[in-house]
Amino acid sequence: MADRQYELVYILPPDTTEQQVTELHQQIEAVVSKMTGQIEKTENWGRRKLAYEIARHKEGFYVLEVINGSGELMKELDRRLRVMDLVLRHMVVRVDEEKKVVDRIRTKRQTESERRRVKRGLPPQRQPGEGRATADADDGDDDHFDGMEA
Amino acid sequence: MPMGRGRTAGRRGEKKTGDKAHGQRRPMFRRRKVCKFCADKIDDINYKDAKLLGPFVPERGKILPRRISGTCAMHQRKLQTAIKRARQIALIPYVTD
Repeated sequence: MADRQYELVYILPPDTTEQQVTELHQQIEAVVSKMTGQIEKTENWGRRKLAYEIARHKEGFYVLEVINGSGELMKELDRRLRVMDLVLRHMVVRVDEEKKVVDRIRTKRQTESERRRVKRGLPPQRQPGEGRATADADDGDDDHFDGMEA
Repeated sequence: MPMGRGRTAGRRGEKKTGDKAHGQRRPMFRRRKVCKFCADKIDDINYKDAKLLGPFVPERGKILPRRISGTCAMHQRKLQTAIKRARQIALIPYVTD
């Protein structure tokens, strides 16, 4: 069966040393490789403010790991992380299916827009300086919702 | 339109010029609400993106209802799971008082 993809986020106390972080990472890596999984990506978010206190800590050291593997592997990881005193909080989320859906929507949107553009006799890709400013530039006609309304 | 009917007509959604029948109520334009995620073509509502979720979690920490934010049903559902996940890893508060 094809591997599933999971995201593992864990929070460590803000005073953990670099060494402890890498040690923990190695431990996780060992478990993952033992159970025939692989770590696709590791992201170190660094120290962040926590939205609420966890064990009297106001800040935490966040690490994200993207792991390909089986459910049993994640179960084992979950169990181990739960026992570890160093880890303040952890969460495992399965992402492969959502990712697939998102990709499908995105490519569909892409091809759809290309098809329409070709029909209008335009090159399939949007040219620089064409049309209105892109969506992420905050344009004037703001129908978008950003905050409480009266 | 005869006077006095304006109170009930067209309260929701489309733009409406206020008329005098509103009495004390200030005449106002109500903007048509648009789902932010549809409008900006955001496909992926991710729990890691606290900045994106922020406007949908007002001060108190509750999830903003659809009737206020104008989010469409599908995106509200995704938003809901994303916010709940973000809460678990302390990116967004459960409550604030």
